[in-house]
Amino acid sequence: MASPMRIRAASKDGVTEVRILMNHEMETGQRRDASGNLVPAWFIQEVKASLNGKEILQTQWGPSISKNPYFAFKVKGGKAGDTIAVTWVDNKGDTRTDEAKVT
Amino acid sequence: MTHKTVGRRKVLKNGGLLAMLAAAGFAVPKSALAAWNKAAFEGKTVEDAIKAMGGSSPANTADLQIIASDIAENGAVVPIQAVSRLPNTQQIAVLVEKNPNVLAAIFDVGPDIAPDFTTRIKMGQTSNVYVVAKADGKFAMAVKEIKVTLGGCGG
Repeated sequence: MASPMRIRAASKDGVTEVRILMNHEMETGQRRDASGNLVPAWFIQEVKASLNGKEILQTQWGPSISKNPYFAFKVKGGKAGDTIAVTWVDNKGDTRTDEAKVT
Repeated sequence: MTHKTVGRRKVLKNGGLLAMLAAAGFAVPKSALAAWNKAAFEGKTVEDAIKAMGGSSPANTADLQIIASDIAENGAVVPIQAVSRLPNTQQIAVLVEKNPNVLAAIFDVGPDIAPDFTTRIKMGQTSNVYVVAKADGKFAMAVKEIKVTLGGCGG
């Protein structure tokens, strides 16, 4: 099972900035291991976010996103105490969802 | 006994439906993702990827901003921020011209989202980085060259 994400969501002047650190190898499928075999691609393909249960953001990722991805976005609105939930799905179908409260 | 027969029929029927969906390309067995734009992410050139996203030869605009340093010391982790001031921005994509697959990410800008995204990308070598935005149904872009120095001293 994948390790948890670290999510920080801070509201300021009517805008909530969400910053996420995920734990993922993000293997491109281009790299070879010590014995010369291609390491199969393994990366996050889809990241979604919701505010208080309502989906607000959809993104699609390729293998060019760095290992252990950092991702930040801004939400119009949102206030202290709201819940931000983030979900990722990788190309093997593995998925993880984590939540954070807006501060 | 009757129950069993009905159960089996139901299973067969559902199996058939799944197979039909799979044949039509709705259900990919390996990953049940519907949204992932495979064609765009497999694009080898900037033009191919933009075309697969539904755009063609976007015009340069000053309303799209790429915030990143000119020189990245480590190509594995290149921080990049894409900001759009275009009215009605619907989608923002980040592309790296000289990566094997040029498209790095597509962000959908919903009504509750400000078109301002930050992430970290991999770059195999010094390359132009494109930020392409779809706003009001039209495509626009911005370009910035980021130099990658693998030496680590930042020369």
